Amino acid sequence: MANKSNQPKIKQYSTASKILTAAFVVICLIWIMPIFEVVINSFKSNNAINLDVFALPGGDSFVGMDNYVKGMTFGNYPFLKSVGYSVYISIASTILILLFCSMAAWYIVRVQSKFANLFYYLCLFSMIVPFQMVMFTLTSTADSLKLNTPWTIPVIYLGFGAGLAIFMFVGFVKGLPLEIEEAAAIDGCGPVRTYFNVVLPMLKPTLISVGILELMWVWNDYLLPYLVLDITKYRTIPIHVQYLKGSYGTVDLGATMAVIMMAILPIIIVYLFCQKYIIKGVAAGAVKG
Amino acid sequence: MSKKNDGSGLNSQLIRRPIQRWAPLFLLPVFAAFCIGFVWPFIQGIYLSFCNFNVPSDATWVGLKNYSKIWTDVGFWNAFKNTAGFAVVTIVLINVISFAIAYALTQKMRGANLFRTVFFMPNLIGGVVLGYIWSMIFDGILRGYATYLTANATYGFWGLVILVCWQQIGYMMIIYIAGLQAVPEDMLEAARIDGATNSQTLFRVIIPNVMPSITTCTFLTLTNGFKLFDQNLALTGGLPSIIENGAKINKTELLALNIYSTYNINKDWHGVAQAKAVIFFLLVAVLAIAQQAATRSKEVQQ
Repeated sequence: MANKSNQPKIKQYSTASKILTAAFVVICLIWIMPIFEVVINSFKSNNAINLDVFALPGGDSFVGMDNYVKGMTFGNYPFLKSVGYSVYISIASTILILLFCSMAAWYIVRVQSKFANLFYYLCLFSMIVPFQMVMFTLTSTADSLKLNTPWTIPVIYLGFGAGLAIFMFVGFVKGLPLEIEEAAAIDGCGPVRTYFNVVLPMLKPTLISVGILELMWVWNDYLLPYLVLDITKYRTIPIHVQYLKGSYGTVDLGATMAVIMMAILPIIIVYLFCQKYIIKGVAAGAVKG
Repeated sequence: MSKKNDGSGLNSQLIRRPIQRWAPLFLLPVFAAFCIGFVWPFIQGIYLSFCNFNVPSDATWVGLKNYSKIWTDVGFWNAFKNTAGFAVVTIVLINVISFAIAYALTQKMRGANLFRTVFFMPNLIGGVVLGYIWSMIFDGILRGYATYLTANATYGFWGLVILVCWQQIGYMMIIYIAGLQAVPEDMLEAARIDGATNSQTLFRVIIPNVMPSITTCTFLTLTNGFKLFDQNLALTGGLPSIIENGAKINKTELLALNIYSTYNINKDWHGVAQAKAVIFFLLVAVLAIAQQAATRSKEVQQ
């Protein structure tokens, strides 16, 4: 009876399902409206946007790529520089978190000393502490330790983001069979080689899941880099976008939308290619969360 | 080969002790970063909530004065009410809608994967950017009625609700889809054979089985709702603000933003902001633990 699902099924859709599909087509079109609005307004002049946000660009209101050209230097800060900082900080932080948190999780599960367990419970505890609780003191700590540059900020992300990552890795390491590591140890593998050659390859699915969650978090994070970094010199994309409004009395909406478009388009393209992993990562993170 | 039984002997020699010798490599880096990024700021944060300070090094102990100031801070209580209302509204809306979408998408349906892709998309966009996109749209709509988003606190509140729903429904939908796909097929089969109606199957079989997903999603929407900052800052920034009894109140401010703006008033308010942060932390912690305890007890034992 368990084989029932293996029988060949003829795909057929009932009328109800067709109506449902039609309804969802409409809902999805409404769902992507806001993104569509960004696209059309990024080609309109500021005056035209102020007159009617929802009108399509055409005739006088169409300004071609002007907004994009303006957007590259808009807000007195080169947009591409903020892209560079965002890319570097996100990738470096994610790599640090993946490497060191998986190592620590392996240590916690295999050693189970009192100290390791205490550390694990502290990590769980940190997951319910809102950022506002530590933001002022974290900023001053980062300043006094000279961690307030884009090159060192990944250390802070490692510290503040360790909780969730270690929690997820511990859950996974607990399910790894001990026999493989024992075999490696009997064959003369030291802990470092065992970890990198045996354990880490087995952790690959979790590395992808945690990596995606951390990447999404750091990429979109606004407040931590805003408080820690010297924003006259270093801006990430969210800080850059926030400053478009902050530095101008009247906002040039067209150029703002062009900047937003340039900020979200790469992520959407990446998403369309790796959505399988992203969706899996979210589901895996949540089941254990 | 019953190695698991003598775990203390062989395992300890082969696995445990060798790893322990490498603690400086395996544990120390993340532990050090964790102390810098969390433990020390947390402890210092609690201490400073009882102090008057500009920077942490010039702190002077003032006892409970910061906390008593909060008691009479109308802006804080306004933000508290906003946050509580906002959390309740978004928990209900996001969970009901995302469950309904997930339920529909797990039926036999053409294009389900494409719809899933679309619903999840807003999640990729950061809170600040979302705030600007939606403030343009809301202002565009309200212009037709000769008004604007920050003219009225009600617009700001519901605007934020719409924004956050749009952002988070896709995320919760993914979790619900995973939960719905894990409902045992033979259980659904049994319900069908026993002649259960669709709604009976939904409420008696499916919902009890996806309780773990419901726990997760209510937990996430609750804590997200309470901790919301970026979207609030970028959409209305707390505006409109009014002066009431000589105190400025930002009508659409949530707690996280209120703490932030309190800190930015001037250095006399740093201690108060930190005390607010402690209260905020206690509130989030108590709610999170209570919510976990309440829904975990309803989960089906498997």
